[in-house]
Amino acid sequence: MKLIVNGTATEHRDDATVADVVSQLTVAPSGVAVAVNGVVVAHSAWTTTPLTDNDSVEVLTAVQGG
Amino acid sequence: MDDPFLLAGEEFGSRLIMGTGGLPSLEVLDAALASSGTELTTVAMRRVDPNARGSILDVLARRGVRVLPNTAGCYTARDAVLTAQLAREALTTNWLKLEVIADEHTLLPDPVELLDAAERLVDDGFVVLPYTNDDPVLARRLEQLGCAAVMPLGAPIGSGLGIRNPHNIELIVEQARVPVILDAGIGTASDAALAMELGCDAVLLASAITRAQHPALMAAAMRKAVEAGRLAARAGRIPVRRYARASSPTEGLTPSHVANS
Repeated sequence: MKLIVNGTATEHRDDATVADVVSQLTVAPSGVAVAVNGVVVAHSAWTTTPLTDNDSVEVLTAVQGG
Repeated sequence: MDDPFLLAGEEFGSRLIMGTGGLPSLEVLDAALASSGTELTTVAMRRVDPNARGSILDVLARRGVRVLPNTAGCYTARDAVLTAQLAREALTTNWLKLEVIADEHTLLPDPVELLDAAERLVDDGFVVLPYTNDDPVLARRLEQLGCAAVMPLGAPIGSGLGIRNPHNIELIVEQARVPVILDAGIGTASDAALAMELGCDAVLLASAITRAQHPALMAAAMRKAVEAGRLAARAGRIPVRRYARASSPTEGLTPSHVANS
């Protein structure tokens, strides 16, 4: 299926979860948060949250700022 | 702790809150943090960069500095609320520097969106520390909504223009029952000292340190300036007078003194 991950269209397995998408971007054990279609997905639900074609997944972390 | 800074029920020894944007490397940041003595430091939330080396969170954890996520870059209440929720999830803190800006040219807060976001986030259980205009009325409205502090600007972000309307900052301080944190506009140490002399409880600054030629040196200067300004505010300054008032005794003068005077 196609997912929009941090603004870029990428191909993923049809059974990919939020946890799978995150692990492709970072190995950081903490400090990361995810929103799917504008709704935050709690860390505890990453492995159980299925994704569907064309979902928009935003994976954020803390950076230097303000 | 002598004269601790109380914010949302927590005690801090330092009244300097440091932003971390604008430094070339985490090593320089680490040195600046150490010199500043800060115990609370802002970070921004951005998309994960798979090629990033090191994490600011590791640097802050090593220093024992508390993380204060911001909503920098948000132009609407909706964006700010989502960013806040992501920050809470990522950083396991409900503290938030709320920033909702109107345009990228001035980076001034958008009061309408700011109030909307503040209300929603307070209702959602956040400790909201709003970056606001130097407007006493807006500051009062933010306090009434339940914000844990108000953070008026001295001048636009990154401008280094100092405190353009000290009278308004004084008005905000006079009426506020929550801490007032001067946020943005600081250019050099005397600006930070002035903020504290005006009665602010703390100063939040980033660019003044991070874009200085020698960030760690400026961080040390800001630390001392905030401390000095706070002491001066507590000490009670003398009134301003138009004419001189001798500090040496006027009794016991010799005839030659009198002749020369």
